[in-house]
Amino acid sequence: MKNPVYLKNVVTLQLDENKCTSCGMCLDVCPHEVFRMNTKHVVIKNRDACMECGACSQNCPAGAISVQSGVGCAAAVMNAMLGRNNGECCCGPADMDGKDTGKNYCC
Amino acid sequence: MSDIKFPVIQEKTNCTCSSTAAQSETTIPDLKQSFVSGCLDTPAGRLPQVSSTLERQDRWGSIKARWGVGRMEYKVDPGLYALGMPDDKSLVFVSANYKMSFDLLRQALTGRSGWILVLDTQGINVWCASGKGTFGTEELIKRIESSSLKIIVSHRKLILPQLGAPGVAAHRVKKISSFNVQYGPVRAEDLPAYLDAGFKATAEMRTKTFTFKERAVLIPIELVEAMKAFLIIAAVFFIISGIGGPLGFWANAMNFGLFAVLALLCAVIGGAVLNPLLLPYIPGRAFSIKGFSIGIVIALILLCLRDINLSLLPGKIEAMAWLLIIPAMAGYLAMNFTGCSTYTSLSGVKREMRWALPLEMACGAAGIVMWISALLIS
Repeated sequence: MKNPVYLKNVVTLQLDENKCTSCGMCLDVCPHEVFRMNTKHVVIKNRDACMECGACSQNCPAGAISVQSGVGCAAAVMNAMLGRNNGECCCGPADMDGKDTGKNYCC
Repeated sequence: MSDIKFPVIQEKTNCTCSSTAAQSETTIPDLKQSFVSGCLDTPAGRLPQVSSTLERQDRWGSIKARWGVGRMEYKVDPGLYALGMPDDKSLVFVSANYKMSFDLLRQALTGRSGWILVLDTQGINVWCASGKGTFGTEELIKRIESSSLKIIVSHRKLILPQLGAPGVAAHRVKKISSFNVQYGPVRAEDLPAYLDAGFKATAEMRTKTFTFKERAVLIPIELVEAMKAFLIIAAVFFIISGIGGPLGFWANAMNFGLFAVLALLCAVIGGAVLNPLLLPYIPGRAFSIKGFSIGIVIALILLCLRDINLSLLPGKIEAMAWLLIIPAMAGYLAMNFTGCSTYTSLSGVKREMRWALPLEMACGAAGIVMWISALLIS
């Protein structure tokens, strides 16, 4: 079954096609087939499918991709608003010392 | 380097002696962990050996973690492990130190030998850890050094799970450590096909799905968390109904209170069970909308069963109250499922929350006020 798509026209993904060296790394790491290889460079095929995980921009050697990456998790957004648990949600000990202070386990 | 053969000591009981590490700075994972089946002598010392077969305790551990029992302590000691009987040419697979991640990887590699380099992600799975950077470039480079990987393998190739990519910059790892990062498939179970195809992943292997089964396994932890809040809220509703109603405490509680507990329970099931299960089939893109829709259906069904006298004002108000409270709760819980979903973006979640959270709070508050009013004027 085809993967569902979340809200439309909200994703911050940007691709600078002039910088792209068409190495294809973004095609490999993207979990939602957002990109497609053109004859010269990569193009964004399905922007609304992007979940802003940041894998593409992190792995683009040419620095051609930018995205405000983060985990799309309501609990994390709420914790950030309330200044709780370092703005983390679920999957994580609140502080980086590895002590488990949070009780917000979700995913 | 190329012709090193590593003698294998299969008996785990023989592994407890002090390490024969040539390099004292090499960090070696604890050999006494329950899933370690033996040990293997390498130029970097005596490393723990694991097999692809999961034992009963491994499966039981997974089930417990899914229900939130000991979940944050379900860890593997970070460092290098030998899977089967690897040599210096064997592939190196990188994983997180969440035990379920580690187990899925070794199970997927049944019948093969290799090295498993476990990063310290504080017991968090690969995807969540890469999202926050603990499964990341720095940790990988540090772990390559501390495990003395360079003297154990003669090649310079690492296989990483694709979902580790948000935290790791392959080109930076190459530059600093000289290791080539290759992203394997999203799912560990596709690894054999990926390897046999010569490190080629198909489009399906590169895509993160959110199938019925993938959604279903997330329900227990959602439910456990929601039930904690439910128990408190339900108790408060029960007590208020007893005090506020027109009759004696128990008569009120049995009439209004029991229905309230049932309604709240149904709201929790709607948001934390039905929403994940039926996710793609429920109308709406925003998760809150999906939760609201389920909530309204549940409220209507419950009100039909309750047989409220809608010709009188208290009945009307009580019915209205539940038509607000149940969708608000189910919508809120459904919204929280964005954290578990595999396709929601942070920008999208923020946009949804901007209207959904105030709406859920307003509906919930208005509903509670109306419900108490209905009790008082009955």
